[in-house]
Amino acid sequence: MKKSTMATWLGGAAAGLLLATAAQAENIKIGVMLPFSGVNADLGDVQIKAIDLYMKLHGKDVAPHTVELIKRDEGPPSGANAKTVATELITRDKVNLILGVIFSPSAIAMAPVMTQAKIPFVETNAGTAWITNLSPYIVRFSFSMWHDGYAMGQYAAKDLKCKTAAMGYTDFPPGKDSTDAFKMSFEKNGGKITDSIPMGSPAQVPDMAPFFQRVKDAKPDCFYVFIPSGNHASAVVKTYGELGLRQAGIKLVGPKDVIPDSKLQPMGDAAVGTIVMSSYSNDLDNKVNKEFVKAWHDAYGKDNYPDFMSAAAWDSMHAVFQTIKKLNGKFTGEQFVDALKNWSGEGPRGPVKIDPATRDIVQNEYALEVIKKPDGKLGTKVLGTIPQVKDECKALKVGRCGEAPK
Amino acid sequence: MPSFAAIISILFDGLAYAMVLFIISVGLSITMGLMGFVNLAHGAFAMAGGYLVVSLTRSLGIPFLPALVIAAVIVGAASIPFERILYSRLYKATELDQVLLTIGLAFMSIAVCTMIYGPAPLTIRLPSILTGQLDIGVRTVPTYRAFVIVVGVVLIAVLWYTFERTNIGAKIRAAVDNRRMAQSIGINVDRLFTLTFALGSGLAALGGGLAVQTFGLTPSFAVLYLVFFLLIVSVGGLGSLKGTLVASIVLGVFDVGGKYLTPEAGGFFIYALALAILLVKPAGLYGRE
Repeated sequence: MKKSTMATWLGGAAAGLLLATAAQAENIKIGVMLPFSGVNADLGDVQIKAIDLYMKLHGKDVAPHTVELIKRDEGPPSGANAKTVATELITRDKVNLILGVIFSPSAIAMAPVMTQAKIPFVETNAGTAWITNLSPYIVRFSFSMWHDGYAMGQYAAKDLKCKTAAMGYTDFPPGKDSTDAFKMSFEKNGGKITDSIPMGSPAQVPDMAPFFQRVKDAKPDCFYVFIPSGNHASAVVKTYGELGLRQAGIKLVGPKDVIPDSKLQPMGDAAVGTIVMSSYSNDLDNKVNKEFVKAWHDAYGKDNYPDFMSAAAWDSMHAVFQTIKKLNGKFTGEQFVDALKNWSGEGPRGPVKIDPATRDIVQNEYALEVIKKPDGKLGTKVLGTIPQVKDECKALKVGRCGEAPK
Repeated sequence: MPSFAAIISILFDGLAYAMVLFIISVGLSITMGLMGFVNLAHGAFAMAGGYLVVSLTRSLGIPFLPALVIAAVIVGAASIPFERILYSRLYKATELDQVLLTIGLAFMSIAVCTMIYGPAPLTIRLPSILTGQLDIGVRTVPTYRAFVIVVGVVLIAVLWYTFERTNIGAKIRAAVDNRRMAQSIGINVDRLFTLTFALGSGLAALGGGLAVQTFGLTPSFAVLYLVFFLLIVSVGGLGSLKGTLVASIVLGVFDVGGKYLTPEAGGFFIYALALAILLVKPAGLYGRE
C-alpha cells in the first residue's frame, strides 16, 4: 500500500509541476496584415520577408513562450478590406495583437476596431501623419510622411541651395501629406514652390513623361517627388533619366520611397545623383544593419535586398518580442501598449525609440545620395544625418495632426 | 497657350504612347471584329511578352532587339494551342461565358508570373544607343520613345500592306465584313482566325516588351492596362485597323496633352473624349453600325 501512495503522490506532484509550467508558457498570436496579392504585393513581400527572417533567427528568444503568426491579406490600397480582416483576426483567431499594414487607408479603417477591441496595433508602414491619433492602441514603427518630407524641405533649401521647387505626387493621402510637409519647411527656409502636380493613382503606373516634361519646361531647381515605393519608383527614375532633367539642371529629390534599396539595382545609372531623405539604407554603417543585410542575403539570395520597409518590419518584430519578454508573456492590450510606447533600441536604422506622447517613431534621418560603388553596383552615400527626428506634423500641430489623440 | 516647343513634346510623347497602345490593341480589335470574341486575356499575352523579354535579355544575355522579336514569335506560337483548345470551344457561346473564361486565364497568368518571377517590379536594361536624348532641332526627345515611334510606323506599314494588298488580308477583311458569306465562298474562317489570333497575340507580346520601359512590369500588368486597350478598341471600332490606329493616336496625344497642361484633371480627359466619341458614333470611329 505504501508504495502506491508514494506513486500517487509523485504523480500528483508531477502533474502539478506540469500545470505550473503550462500556465507560464503562453502562446502569443500575432495577426500579420500585409498585401500578399494584387498590384502592390511586392510591398507586402519586403515586409513579410523581414518578419519571417526575424522568426527564423529569433523565434525562440521568447521561450518558454511561443509566438504564432497568422498572416492575412490586407487587400487593395483603398483599405476596403482592412476593417473586415482585422475584425476577423480579433474575433475568430483571437490574436493578442496585430502587426502590419502598408497603406494608410487600411490603418485609418482599422483604428476604431482596435480601440473597441483594446488590441494593440503595431503599425509597420502606413505613413499618413495623423494615423497615430486615431486610436490609443496604435504604435507606429515606420515613419510619418513628415519625417522625410519636412527634413527634405529644409535640406533642399539650405544644403542643396534650391530656390524654387516643383512637387509631383501620387494622388492619395500620403502623397498630399508628404508634399505638404516638404512645402511647409521649404517655404520656411526661403524656397518657393512653383508647381504641385498630381501624378495618377497608386493602383496604376501612369506614363510619367507629360508630368516630367512639364517640370522640365518650368525649370525649377529641385523636383520633389512622392510615389509609392514599388513600380512607380522605377518609372520616376527612368523618366527622369529619359527626359534628361538632370542635364537641364533639375535635381530629383524626395523621400526614401523614390529609391527603395529593394528596387535600386535595376534602376540603372539614371538613379545616380538622386538625393533623398531617408531613415534607412542598406549601406548605413552600423553593426545591426550589417548583420541584418547579411542575414537577408543568406536567406533570400545575393540579388535580393531589404529596404526601409523591411527595416521597419524588423524593428517592429524586435520591439514586440522584447515587450513579450518584459511582460513575461501575459498582458492586456493596455499593458502591452504602455510597455511598447516606452521602448527604445538599436535597429538597422540606427537608434530608434517610440515617443510615449504620440506613440510614433523617433529615428535618425539621413540625407542620401545615390552613387555608383566601386563594384559597379548602385548604393547610397550619407550626405548628412539629422539625429532623432520626431513627427513634425504632430509637433507643429498641423491640421488633423493637431487633434488630441483619441 | 502652350509654347510651340511644348506642343512638339506633347505630340511626340503622345505619339510614342499611342504606338505602344496601338501595337498591343490591334490584335484585340481584329479578333473581336472577326469572331466577336471578347478576349480579356489579351493583356496576359502582352505581359508574357514583357516577361519573356526580361528573361531573354537577363538570363540568356540576348540583346534587346532580337529578344523583342523572339518573344513576339514565341508568344504568337504559344497562343495557337490556347485558341485551338480553349477559345474555339466558346465561339458560339454567350459573351458572359467568353468573359469568364478569358478573365480566368488572365488571373491564372497573374498567379503563374507571381510564382515564377515574384511580385516585385522588373525592368529591362536597354542597350546604350536607346538611352539618352535625341536632338530634333526644336527640342530634345528621349531616344527610346523615338525608337518606339519608328517601330510603330514600320509595323503600321507592314500591317497596312498585309491587310490591303495581300490575298490573306483580303480574306480577313471579307470575314470581318460578313463571316457567313466568306465561309460560303470557301474561305476557311477557322484557320484564318487561328492565324490572326496568333498574329495579334504576337503583336501584343511585342507591345508588352516595348511597354516595360514606360509602365514597368509586375504580374498585374495582365489586367491593369486592359481598360486602355478595350477603350481603344471600342473607340476605334471592332476589327478596324485604321480605327485602332486613329483611336490610339487621338487618345494617346490627348492623354499626354491633358496631363501636361492641366495635371489636376489630366487623367480624366481621355475618358471624357471616349464618351463623346461613342455618343456620336456608338460603333466606334470606323466600326460597322
